[in-house]
Amino acid sequence: MIHVQGITKRYKDTLAVDDLSFEVREGVVTGFLGPNGSGKSTTMRMIMGLDAPDEGTATIDGTSYHGLGLPLREVGALLEAKAIHPGRSAFNHLWYLAQTNDIARQRVDDVLEMVGLSAVAHRRVGKFSLGMGQRLGIAAALLGDPPTLLFDEPINGLDPEGILWVRNLLKGLAAEGRTVFVSSHLMSEMALTAEQLVVIGRGRLISSGSVDDFIAESSGQFVRVRSPEARALEALLLERGAHVVAEDDGSYSVSGLDAAAIGTLAGDAGLHLHELSPQMASLEEAFMELTRDSVEYRGHESPHGAPVTASFPSTNSGK
Amino acid sequence: MSTTLTYTSRDLAPATHARVRTSSALRGEWTKLRSVRSTTWTILALAVITLGVAAIAGSTVSSSWHTMSAFERQTFDPTGLSLRGMLFGQLVIGVLGILVMSAEYSTGSIRSTLMAVPSRSKVMLTKVAIMAVVGFVVSEVLSFGAFFLGQALLASPAPHATLSQPGVLRAVMGGGLVLTVLGLVALGLATIIRHSAAAITTYVGVLLVLPLVVQALPTSISQPITKYLPFHISDAMTSVTHVLGSGPSLSPWTGFAVLCGYAGVALAVGTWMLVRRDA
Repeated sequence: MIHVQGITKRYKDTLAVDDLSFEVREGVVTGFLGPNGSGKSTTMRMIMGLDAPDEGTATIDGTSYHGLGLPLREVGALLEAKAIHPGRSAFNHLWYLAQTNDIARQRVDDVLEMVGLSAVAHRRVGKFSLGMGQRLGIAAALLGDPPTLLFDEPINGLDPEGILWVRNLLKGLAAEGRTVFVSSHLMSEMALTAEQLVVIGRGRLISSGSVDDFIAESSGQFVRVRSPEARALEALLLERGAHVVAEDDGSYSVSGLDAAAIGTLAGDAGLHLHELSPQMASLEEAFMELTRDSVEYRGHESPHGAPVTASFPSTNSGK
Repeated sequence: MSTTLTYTSRDLAPATHARVRTSSALRGEWTKLRSVRSTTWTILALAVITLGVAAIAGSTVSSSWHTMSAFERQTFDPTGLSLRGMLFGQLVIGVLGILVMSAEYSTGSIRSTLMAVPSRSKVMLTKVAIMAVVGFVVSEVLSFGAFFLGQALLASPAPHATLSQPGVLRAVMGGGLVLTVLGLVALGLATIIRHSAAAITTYVGVLLVLPLVVQALPTSISQPITKYLPFHISDAMTSVTHVLGSGPSLSPWTGFAVLCGYAGVALAVGTWMLVRRDA
């Protein structure tokens, strides 16, 4: 379990993290969500004992990082893809880390195999792609078989296959009872991976709790419906008190009734449905809404004014 | 990528120590040093310079012997001649000492290092120990190598030196010791400065530019300072007959003690800053 209590970090005149408190439980994936520059990486570095908080404490299973015995066996972290000397081979990077914490050489080979880098173990890391670098960083985090794991933007630079692999890895680690804390600036990614969420903006806590609660809290959920008998269906829905908005593309956005109720209604009336899909875009919207005031660097509004719905998140940079 | 392996280790021995052991940290640091090419290249460059200068100086002096003045012949120092390359070697060992620390910052690997070994004074201690041992072995081998190579190529009528002559063994041993300690000075500077280029510039500045600056000062000011400069301490150590012509020198071992003091200060300040600063 990770326990963060009132940590504050100042860099010259900017307040990177502001009196932040939260807990990360074992056994589930906890997403650490916030816009770029909101203090996620700084918070993780403070948990890992790299940066000293100006105020407050961060502990792992009740102990500060500096108090851990053999730290790699207690906590593993992927902080930045290239926290690795490019001139060193993947094997040697892991091997020196293993030596410091009395970890057997066999474990180095094992984690290299887990992340799929066995074939390039003795190649210099400088020749690695961004995705391979991420995999090596993940291997380093897993090296000591630690009960607590932190991943800072782990899907950066990964191809779709790699993204899927990371999702399954995170869930698998949590299923083994570990504490898994993973940061992302992509709400859609966290919706697929995390059960718990810690949402921050400008270094302050915005929300924490389960993803389900987060969805429930966010208003404006709707179901997209398409039907060749649209007029009849619309009448039926309005009769049941649903709110129906006709979209430009011929679909209807229905709120006030869930997908099951709409489907039953249409079936009973003998109306065909070509689409009946609950929309999660509101999750992204809720996140945008929550963090709107706390985005540090904002571009101009997109011409559509709509949030980006992501099936596969693009490989955005974490910084 | 494997789906058959679980993420759990099958055979990770249980932790038996409350802390990262110094011996374990030393093994890790040694792996780090030997697993990058820059280590091989700098040591190779050190060998080429020290042995190369010894060979060239040794083989060319006999041809110019007949043009040398009586005074030059009288004060001719075959030991110092063979060790002349060690002066250039000071720059190279400095680069090695600097890269041991600054490469950690330029590549970001310092974060990996500090996550594995959270005690920063222990990280510093192991780096100093590894640099001291590697620096000592390499420097002594090259110092003796340069001496024997230089003497072997020194043709008559120029006189030869042997280790049994007074001051010769001290000069040859001392050449290696000076290099070792300068490597540690560089490591300390790099820990303070953290950037490779800036650290190398500072190191070269102290070693080569500072003597020129001091030389440009009025004698009344420069004379008491000069003998404390690393360059002059090193020259005093590696010479048997001392005629630099720049005023009084510290005795070889007093100079060496001063040099160790410089290294101690650089390493102490570096350690203090490593402990204090965010990584």
